[in-house]
Amino acid sequence: MQLTLGPVLYHWSPERWRDFYYRVADEAQVDAVVVGEAVCSKRAPFKQDHIPAVVERLEAAGKHVLHSSLILISLPRERRQTRELMQSDEAEVEINDLSCLAGLAPKPFAVGPFVNVYNEVAAGFLAERGATRICLPPELPLTAVAAISAAVPQLATEVFAFGRVPLAISARCYHARAHKLTKDNCRFVCEQDPDGMPVKTLDGAGFLSVNGVQTLSDSCASLLRDVPALRQAGVASLRLSPQGCDMVAVARLFRDVVDERIDPEEAERRLGEIYPNVPFSNGFLHGAPGHVRTGAGGATPGDRLVSQARGGSLHENRA
Amino acid sequence: MELICPAGTPASLEAAVEAGADAVYCGFRDETNARNFPGLNFSREELRKGIAFAHRRGVRVLVAINTFARAGAFGLWQAAIDDAVAAGADALILADLATLDYAHRRHPGQRLHVSVQAGAANPDAIRFYAENFGARRVVLPRVLNVMEIASIVRETSCETEVFVFGGLCVMEEGRCSLSSYATGQSPNMNGVCSPASHVAYSERDGRIDSRLGGFTINSFGKDEPAGYPTLCKGRFATPKGSGYIFEEPVSLDAAVMLPALRDAGVTAFKIEGRQRGRAYIAGVVRSFRKILAAIDEGRSPPAASLMAMAEGQAGTVGAYRKGWR
Amino acid sequence: MSDSEMTGRSAIPPVLPPVLARAVAPLPLGPLQPVLALMLHRISRMYPDLYSRLGEHADKRFGIDPTDLPFAFVLEPRLRQPRVRAVRTLPAGLDASIRGPLSGLVGMAEGTLDGDALFFSRILWVEGDVAAALALRNAIDDARIDFGAVMFGHFGPLGRRLGDALRRQLQARRTVSGAETWS
Repeated sequence: MQLTLGPVLYHWSPERWRDFYYRVADEAQVDAVVVGEAVCSKRAPFKQDHIPAVVERLEAAGKHVLHSSLILISLPRERRQTRELMQSDEAEVEINDLSCLAGLAPKPFAVGPFVNVYNEVAAGFLAERGATRICLPPELPLTAVAAISAAVPQLATEVFAFGRVPLAISARCYHARAHKLTKDNCRFVCEQDPDGMPVKTLDGAGFLSVNGVQTLSDSCASLLRDVPALRQAGVASLRLSPQGCDMVAVARLFRDVVDERIDPEEAERRLGEIYPNVPFSNGFLHGAPGHVRTGAGGATPGDRLVSQARGGSLHENRA
Repeated sequence: MELICPAGTPASLEAAVEAGADAVYCGFRDETNARNFPGLNFSREELRKGIAFAHRRGVRVLVAINTFARAGAFGLWQAAIDDAVAAGADALILADLATLDYAHRRHPGQRLHVSVQAGAANPDAIRFYAENFGARRVVLPRVLNVMEIASIVRETSCETEVFVFGGLCVMEEGRCSLSSYATGQSPNMNGVCSPASHVAYSERDGRIDSRLGGFTINSFGKDEPAGYPTLCKGRFATPKGSGYIFEEPVSLDAAVMLPALRDAGVTAFKIEGRQRGRAYIAGVVRSFRKILAAIDEGRSPPAASLMAMAEGQAGTVGAYRKGWR
Repeated sequence: MSDSEMTGRSAIPPVLPPVLARAVAPLPLGPLQPVLALMLHRISRMYPDLYSRLGEHADKRFGIDPTDLPFAFVLEPRLRQPRVRAVRTLPAGLDASIRGPLSGLVGMAEGTLDGDALFFSRILWVEGDVAAALALRNAIDDARIDFGAVMFGHFGPLGRRLGDALRRQLQARRTVSGAETWS
């Protein structure tokens, strides 16, 4: 089973972004690395100048490099950038929107988690057109992952195994809105939250996290304890999504669990030390609400819900 | 300009036809359609009768089979497509590569529309659907402004349909898992958003709190207008302040944008609300019929207020006007 | 159906005058029970499609609470043995309750008022199993129940005229209570 480092979804400073990948190239035990801006086209110019050096260093270290497309492509500028990416000879692309396929030169490509592939028929359709690897949407349950892997064996399937879960994309920028600005005049306020802006419920429970036009979960996905089941389901790779923590250590932990050098429970305990104060979740994989952390004994409400889940709401009584 | 109207039940379908719809859209009573709500939607027999009723009045029926098929259970979606075609549907509204591919191969003559759930937000995406599946029309996601819509119309051969009234997604449709994060059920997989089965209201200090899947998503004062218990229209707290951080509980009301949308070359105007009652459908459809008639005759449209019908009793033109973003 | 019945400000249904509520308050509920039972029996016979829409929710217990009346109803739609009874206050343990002024509840049941619009304006409120309440609302909205026929059906044409007269009264009061039309 391989490890893939997903693209940095946040707006990190160009130097931080570059140095992160240099360290990944030098130290992280990952097989593939996805680079580029997936979330907001306004951020792309900041990292543009560093991309060649980052790619060179990653490839020199033996990493398979993929170039991410944007998730939501609507402006003429965004379409132009996407077309250039799709038609470049050297770059292997991870598409995050089907419009990429309109301008794709006949070459193999990867499919990112933002393309809606929910079943084996859709996966087969993309495989026929040159898709070689596919990171499935994070909300897919294990049964679907297994069905797709079994039906389309020529496609390497990947699941979203670590990181705050991307849940939605919008034309509107919620970072700008929170700062009483608009997207066109955003002053790049998202840079102030390199690990996302926390969104809590009115009674103080952690819930979501805002990253510009993207909304992610507050909880951090961890499929460490699901690795045996994922292997059995034919999953070829685990995606680690960069957060504001030591991703080299995260990758090492996943590598050790995949290679059965460490007990998954113990690994998740250590993961909590690497990325502290963030609850872990794996509900989606188990067909449960995404925020839930399911253990061997069944679903438990996510850590942060415990304080207020006993509020006596009728729903809770019925559940 | 066509007026496309919702119907969650046979009674609503008749109400929409009688109120002046050019076409009515509806779906089967299962997880194949994106309004899979309790007590709604059509049996096979009801759809057959509904289509016959509409056709007698010269009204078309579009059948929405617009969720993403469950892996290993594609038969359910295939059957929905086959049955809708057999019932005489004038078009199928589809979102999934799987259903589009199947319908295109199996029923080559059938008119296919790309659902808003496909999130086809640019001319390249639309061309992809037209070239691969022969799609004739695309329902545009509610993330585009009028100028962008005009350029899409110029660049593609596909007809376009846009929402003009009703519930407003602030996230791009078809790519939102907020609901399943809180409840385990999503629009893409289950055809529901913020499902009623996971909603609870409770009273606290004279305020009503709404919860979804155990998360508090809003709290209303005594006389404050309410909205659907939808996640993206809830009140939350951030370090920059509390409130409606994504969107207020408002409905889309693009009545004032109709002339601009017409000039942009839009083919059809769509009203959201298959989950609403007959009273809503008759009232909203009749009102839009009058506005369209006035625009056609070059009169200024009647100043209709549908705000009592609107979520939070407030309207917005949403992304159609630049600046919403 | 005229436009004025449906939308705009007229979506705000009138509240029964308190004097009327006070007048009926001391009346015993006993005589009401067989009338209600008969009505429900007729509805379940005349509108069997209701049950396919209600599905699993047909076996639930609903509270219907007209907030301007001194009593409420407990409804159990059950296909085989439907039950309804009037109560002074709703008991605990119901699956779902719907509260609102009588004319709002009746308007929604007849399909002249939109339930969601009443909810948005806080005129109507739902507690408990929201999915069950929604299924009930949608099933009734689709059934197009003719309450005149249900109440006065056995009086023949005379009953129908009586029903129409009552309906006109209710509508007249709706207009008087500050309804402005939007057309």
